[in-house]
Amino acid sequence: MTLATLDKTRSIGSRVGVRPRAVAVGALALIGTFVVSVFGLGTGDFEIAPVDVVTTLFGEGNPAHEFIIGELRLPRLITAILVGAAMAASGAVFQSLVRNPLGSPDMLGVTNGASTAALAVVILGGTSTQLSIAAVAGGLAATLLVRLIAGRALHGFRFILVGIGMAAILTGISGYLLTRGVQMENARALLWLTGNLDGRDWGQAVPMALVLAVVLPFLLLACGPGLRILEMGDDSASALGVPVSLLRNGALLAAALLISFAAASAGPVLFVALIAPHLAKRMSRAPGPNLLPSIAVGALLLTGADFLAQHALDDQTLPVGVVTGLLGGGYLVWLLTTERRAGRI
Amino acid sequence: MSTTAPTGPAPARPGRRSSVRLLGLLVALAALAAVAVLSIGFGARFLSPGEVWAGLWDPASPSYRIVHEMRLPRTLLGLMVGMGLGLAGAIMQALTRNPLADPGLLGINAGASAAVATAAVFFGVSTFFGYVWFALAGAAIVTAMVYAVGGGRSATPARLALAGAALNATLYSYVSAVLLSDTDSIDRLRFWTVGSLASADFATVERLLPFFAAGLLAGLLVARPLNALSLGDDAARALGARPSLIRVAVIVAVTLLCGSATAACGPIVFIGLLIPHMVRPFTGPDLRWLLPYTAVLAPVLLLGADVLGRVLGSPGELQVGTVTAVLGGPLFLYLVRAAK
Repeated sequence: MTLATLDKTRSIGSRVGVRPRAVAVGALALIGTFVVSVFGLGTGDFEIAPVDVVTTLFGEGNPAHEFIIGELRLPRLITAILVGAAMAASGAVFQSLVRNPLGSPDMLGVTNGASTAALAVVILGGTSTQLSIAAVAGGLAATLLVRLIAGRALHGFRFILVGIGMAAILTGISGYLLTRGVQMENARALLWLTGNLDGRDWGQAVPMALVLAVVLPFLLLACGPGLRILEMGDDSASALGVPVSLLRNGALLAAALLISFAAASAGPVLFVALIAPHLAKRMSRAPGPNLLPSIAVGALLLTGADFLAQHALDDQTLPVGVVTGLLGGGYLVWLLTTERRAGRI
Repeated sequence: MSTTAPTGPAPARPGRRSSVRLLGLLVALAALAAVAVLSIGFGARFLSPGEVWAGLWDPASPSYRIVHEMRLPRTLLGLMVGMGLGLAGAIMQALTRNPLADPGLLGINAGASAAVATAAVFFGVSTFFGYVWFALAGAAIVTAMVYAVGGGRSATPARLALAGAALNATLYSYVSAVLLSDTDSIDRLRFWTVGSLASADFATVERLLPFFAAGLLAGLLVARPLNALSLGDDAARALGARPSLIRVAVIVAVTLLCGSATAACGPIVFIGLLIPHMVRPFTGPDLRWLLPYTAVLAPVLLLGADVLGRVLGSPGELQVGTVTAVLGGPLFLYLVRAAK
């Protein structure tokens, strides 16, 4: 009797259960995000002291500070937090599904689908609303295509290879689209393709928040525990009562939605979806997709990168995608060497 | 899509088998000649094969100038670039024993193009002869990295390809970041970053030639020792080969071929992947046959893609890099699906 109950409590415990390390990682990342936010909100042409930023955030500041923070700086920051969180959640699900730390939506053609569709709209001279819709549709369409072509085995190398092939095809097409535009459009297109947060307002933050509000609970409650079991293998998972193919398709769709909306809001910012879940996993040392820690780390990464992008150079601001691209490159080299030594890549 | 040990000529009737292969090689050469004639013939003004022939040899012919000033350099460049990328892919596949090793997919071409973008924007380099050194350096660094990641036994094809995709993404984002800092270079380099033969002239062809010839020679010379290496290091040593020397030779050859090809016409994917795969059923894994077949058929694909781009895109043209990605991509997906 004791053994059975012990077993049961343990399995329930690890399902709902609280892993202290994971909680600590998530909490630290959230505190970090808050600190970066306060400094980010305070820095700019008009400096505001951190104390004033905090009082303003709690609604006690003076009107000038309220205008600068609430109207000018907060929308961009909120967009960065939400986009970072969405990308990280999407990356965590993808990495868990394909069982490879490099298997993020950036590498598997999903982001390329979003950017190719958006690029077509830029070249045709569409509005920014049309661009966002095209980006979402493109990301979802690319995911669907990869899924259909790859067939049943989602974890296997076939899904990865089909994704990479799709990414290469779409890169070719976007290169062609870039040659069609005139010079100014190209600069705008290239800026969008790099990913940047300049001039983001509530128009970008609100849709992203809505999508997160719907998709995140679904991922956390309906998919998280199942994904953790799925990492043990399909057979074990179905023996344990996980509806394998339903779970996979549901999680894939949710992750594709998140990354497509994120790309529509901020452009296809590279590497957040790749790095954040991997960092979170390394630090929390927990099995499974590590959704909550990943989300917190993703928010920290993108707000931090955007802070650097705005203030690293004195005379100009960089697109945030440049900063994540450079960070990502360094991280990638490190990842390739360490993970290879451990035999995981 | 698996690399098996070389079977060698079948014990029964070995002579007949290699004469079939020789015949096949002749057919491939004929196809190359046909595509070359098409490539010279197609354009704003169509030239019949007879006019092409006259234009090639007879200075008095009305088509002489069109052929010599515009279409012949382009065709020669396509020939060299196709051959280089195909060969580089084939020997990379043999060296890493990884059927997905392609200089485009693994990021080698992207490494060369990142170096060229750096040269163009930060150092104001604008000629092929300036580009090529940077391109070679970029290609060499990425080749070494790819080999470090993919050379061991632990790397599966999918993992190597994924590492390459990530490298590609990094380098691509670097290129766009560099280009963003300078609007003029966006305009200058945007055709080049897609992969295009349109800017070919005789000067480029002449300057590409030494790098290409050295790479081609090195690539073809390693065929036999690479065959030995595919048995494993110990067996190769027993057969008198020197594994580390072979590896260095392959990396040098790949660097020369990919670096110079990319400097001349930008990053092009899939050529080095598809052609070795398509010819392997005829030649088997023996590189002494595989490499010549690849060297002849890869330019057929590249020139064919270029001609198709000119036909489909007329009155302008589709860049050859786009056509190879759009044509080669589905073929790649098919190969992936066909493998279990």
